Amino acid sequence: MELADLSAHELLDLISKKEISPQDVVKSCIDRIEKYEPLIKAYLSIRDPEEVINSVREDAPYSAIPIAIKDNILVKGLPNTCASKILSNFIAPYNATVIERLNEKAFNIIGKTNLDEFAMGSSTENSAFGPTRNPWDLERVPGGSSGGSAASVAVGSAIWALGSDTGGSIRQPASFCGVVGLKPTYGTVSRYGLVAFASSLDQIGPITKDVTDCALLYSFISGHDPNDSTSLNVEPYRYSPLTGDIKGMKIGLIKELLAEGVDPSVEKCIRDAIKTFQDLGAIVEEVSLPHISYSVPTYYILAPAEASSNLARFDGVRYGFRASGKTAEEMMSNTRGEGFGPEVKRRIMLGTYVLSAGYYEAFYLKALKFRNLIAGDFKKAFENFDVLISPTSPILPFKLGEKVENPLEMYLSDICTIPINLAGLPAISIPCGFVGNLPVGLQIIGPTFSESKLFEVAYGFEQATPFHKKRPQLGGNSYGV
Amino acid sequence: MEYEVNIGIEIHAELLTKSKVFCSCPVQFGAPPNTLTCPVCLGLPGALPVLNKRAVEYAILTALALNCKVNRNAIFHRKNYFYPDLPKNYQISQYDTPIGIQGYLEIETSNGRKRIRIRRVHLEEDTGKLIHSGGRITGSDMSFIDFNRSGVPLLEIVSEPDISSPEEAKEYLTNIRDILVFLGVCDGKMEEGSMRCEANVSIRPKGSEKLGTKTELKNINSFRAVERALQYEIERQIDIVSKGKEVIQETRHWDEKNERTVGMRSKEEAHDYRYFPEPDLVPLEIDDEWIERLRAQIPELPEEKYERYKNLGLTPYEAKLLAHDLELSIFFDETIKLYSNPKNVANWLLVDVTKELKDRNKVITQTLITPQLMTELLTLIDEGRISGRIAKEILPELIDKGSSPRKIIEEKNLVQITDVSQLTSVIEQVLKENASVVEEYKKGKEKSFMFLVGQVMKLTRGKANPKLVNDLLKKALG
Repeated sequence: MELADLSAHELLDLISKKEISPQDVVKSCIDRIEKYEPLIKAYLSIRDPEEVINSVREDAPYSAIPIAIKDNILVKGLPNTCASKILSNFIAPYNATVIERLNEKAFNIIGKTNLDEFAMGSSTENSAFGPTRNPWDLERVPGGSSGGSAASVAVGSAIWALGSDTGGSIRQPASFCGVVGLKPTYGTVSRYGLVAFASSLDQIGPITKDVTDCALLYSFISGHDPNDSTSLNVEPYRYSPLTGDIKGMKIGLIKELLAEGVDPSVEKCIRDAIKTFQDLGAIVEEVSLPHISYSVPTYYILAPAEASSNLARFDGVRYGFRASGKTAEEMMSNTRGEGFGPEVKRRIMLGTYVLSAGYYEAFYLKALKFRNLIAGDFKKAFENFDVLISPTSPILPFKLGEKVENPLEMYLSDICTIPINLAGLPAISIPCGFVGNLPVGLQIIGPTFSESKLFEVAYGFEQATPFHKKRPQLGGNSYGV
Repeated sequence: MEYEVNIGIEIHAELLTKSKVFCSCPVQFGAPPNTLTCPVCLGLPGALPVLNKRAVEYAILTALALNCKVNRNAIFHRKNYFYPDLPKNYQISQYDTPIGIQGYLEIETSNGRKRIRIRRVHLEEDTGKLIHSGGRITGSDMSFIDFNRSGVPLLEIVSEPDISSPEEAKEYLTNIRDILVFLGVCDGKMEEGSMRCEANVSIRPKGSEKLGTKTELKNINSFRAVERALQYEIERQIDIVSKGKEVIQETRHWDEKNERTVGMRSKEEAHDYRYFPEPDLVPLEIDDEWIERLRAQIPELPEEKYERYKNLGLTPYEAKLLAHDLELSIFFDETIKLYSNPKNVANWLLVDVTKELKDRNKVITQTLITPQLMTELLTLIDEGRISGRIAKEILPELIDKGSSPRKIIEEKNLVQITDVSQLTSVIEQVLKENASVVEEYKKGKEKSFMFLVGQVMKLTRGKANPKLVNDLLKKALG
C-alpha cells in the first residue's frame, strides 16, 4: 500500500507520529495523477504540483492531505467550468463559503474535478470536456454528477473531495467508485459559491475513503452561513471519535427501493448488509413509503424548473463564453445555443415548459404537493425507525455510452437517491460489497440533522466489513489489499 | 358620445436604504459605473441573495401609510425574462403574496374628495442601466451596462383603475410622492428616475359597466409628463373609438419631445414571466409586534398636516403648500413653537423664504436659517424695530450665514427711525430740495406724495418708520 491509498485520518496519525513527512502524502497523490489521470480523467484542472507541495505547512496538518473540489464549487483564482463550454474561460473571482471554511484550516486543494455539465447527469458523460472513467473498470462510468471527485478519491489522486448532490450526485458516484459519500441535511452546508442547479435540492458534501474521514470533513464544511438564506442556524455538527455501537437500533429497509428494477447482484449485497446489521445487534424491518415511486417524476419537474431559471444568467453578457450575433438578443441566444450541451438544454426546456402559463398548476404545483407527500412518508417512517436503508443505486456501474441514448432510463436509475433530496434529509452511501470487481453502495438515511447517527451506523458497518479497505487495480499495478 | 376614463397607475420607487436589497453594496447615485457591485448584484455563478431587513420595513411602512393590509407570510417570486441589464435574467420580485394589499389613498378632485384603491405594494430589485453609445439604441453600434443600480430596492405601488382624469392622476402621483418623502423611504425625484411611473388608460361610454381596452404608457419621466401623456392618449383613444375603430391593447411610449405616444412592437408584449417561488429565500415572517412598531414610526403625513394647518388659521392654499413640503413644514412647526402668529410665519416662509430658496435651488435644511432666527426676525418687525422692507433685505444673511438679525441691524445701524424730531428734519430737507414736486402735489397730483415718501426713505436708508413718515409728511404738506 502507498500513502495515496490511506485515508486522511490514518495519514494524519502517521504524520503526527512523525512516521511520514507531510510532503510525502502530497507527492504520493501527485504521483497518482501522473500515473493514472490520463486514464481516468478525473480532473478538469490541476494545480501546479510545485505549488501544491509548497502549500504544505508544518503548523497546519490538513495542508498535507490533498483535497479535490468539484468544478462547480468556486475556488478563487481557479477555473470554474461546471464542465460546460459556456463557462470554459471562467475563473472564479471569489471563494465559496465551504472553501473559506477549508482555508481556515489551510486545506490543500489539488484540483477541480470533472462532472456532468452543471451537475446534470448520473455518469459524468455529460461533460463538455469528455467523460471520467471508473477506476474499477475503465470501460465503465464512475457515476455522476460528482464522478470526477469520486474517481479521484478512489484512485488516490486526492485523499478526499467535495461534491454536490441534487438528486444523488454525491452518493451514486461514491457507490460506483467504492468510496463514502454524504448528502447532508438541506441547509447545514452553505450553498454560497456552489453554482446552482436546483436551489431547493442542492447540497455540498464530502466524498472520502471511509466514514471517519467523512465525519471529519463534514464537521469542517457545515454550519450556519449568513450569506445563504436557506442555511439553517442550528447547533453545528462537531466531530468526536466514532464508536460504531448500533446495538438495539431500529433500521427500516425501504420496501419500494428493493423491488423490481434492482439488479439481483445488488440486492444480494443489500441482503448481506442486513445480516451484518443484525449481527451487530440492530433490528431490521421492512417499511413502506407509498409515495416514493413518484419521486422521479416529481424531481424531473422541480429540478428542471429551478434549473431553467438558475441557468438563465449564462448569456454571454458579463462573463463566460460569448457567441457572436447582430443584436444583443441574437448574441444571447447563440451563446446559449452553442454553449450548453444537449442534456442541459433538455432540462432547461423541460423546466421552462412546466413553469409556463397554463402548465404551472398542472405540473409545478402538483409536483410540490407530491414533494410534501414524500417528505411526509419519511417523517412517518422515522416515528418507528432510527434510520432507513436502501441500495444507493439499483444497478451496477454501467458501461460508457450504454445509457446516453436513453435519458429516461438514466433518470430512473436515480430512484433511490432522489427522494432524499426531495425530503431534505441526510443520507450516506458506503461500500457494502462487490460484484466481481464492481463496488456496490448501501444508502443509510436519517431524519434531518441526524448526521452523527448516520456516521455511527455507517461506522459500525464499516468496522464489521472489509469493503472500504479494497482499492482498485489499475494498469498492472496491484496495490489492493 | 360622452366617455369616461379609467386610469390605473403603477409606481416604482427606489428606496433610500443604505445598502441594496439582496447584498451589502451601497445604494448611491452618481458613482463611476460598476463600482458598486459584488457577486450577488452582478449575478455571478454561485452567488445568493440575502434580504435587507430595512427594505422590508420601508415596504411595510409604505403599505401602512397607504392603508394596506400587510401579508404576514409574504414571499418572493422569480420573474423570468431575458434582458442584458438583468444580470440573472430573472428579477426577484413578488407575485401573489406581496407585502401590502387592498389599500387606498384619498385625493382632492374638482368634485370633492375621492378614494383611489391601491391593489398592491411590493418589494423587488432594480435592474442595471443600459448606456448606448450615441445615446440612442437605434443606430448605436455599442452598448454598455452599469450595474450600480442592479439590486437597488424598488417598491412597486399599483392602483386600481379608479382615476378618471389626467388631473386626478397627477394629484394621486404627487400625493404618493409626498407620502414616500415624508416617510423618508424615497426621495421622489421623477426627473432623476428614483420614482418612475407607468399608467394604463382606457375609455368607455359613460355609464358602461365594462372597462374599455387599455393601453399601457411608459417613459413618463416627470409629473408634468404624466398629465400631458394621459391627455394625449385619452384624446387618441376617443378619436379612434368615435371613428368606429377599436383601441389595440399595447404598450405605448411617451415621446416627450414630440408630445405624443407611440406604439411599441407587439413582440415585446408576448411575455410569460414564468413566476415561481424564489428558492434561495425563505418566506417573510411579519408579526403584529413588528407591524405595530413600524406603525408607531409613521410621521405626520401631508393630509394630517393640512388639516392641522387649516385649524391654525392658514388658508387652504397656504395649508396645502406648506403641508406637502416636508422641510418647510418641519421648519414651520418648529417656528410656531417659538412664535405665536402662525399665519405670519406661513406668509414669510411661502413668499419671501421660498423665493430666496428658489434662487439658490436649495431646500431650507440646506441653508443656515433656523426657526430661532426666523422668530427673531419676525419679533423685530412686531416690535417696530425694523420695517418689513429691512427684514426682507437682511433675510439672505440669515439664510446664507445664519447671522442673527438683531446683530445685523445693530452692526449696520438699521434700526428703524421712530424719532419724530429726527424724521421731521429729514422731511423738511426733502420738501426744500423738491419744491417743484411739492407744488405738483398741491395741485392735486397724488403720485407726488409717494415720491416724497420715497425720498425720505432714501435719505434714511430705508430705516424710517413708514407709517410715521406718512403721518408727518401729510402734516408738513398741510
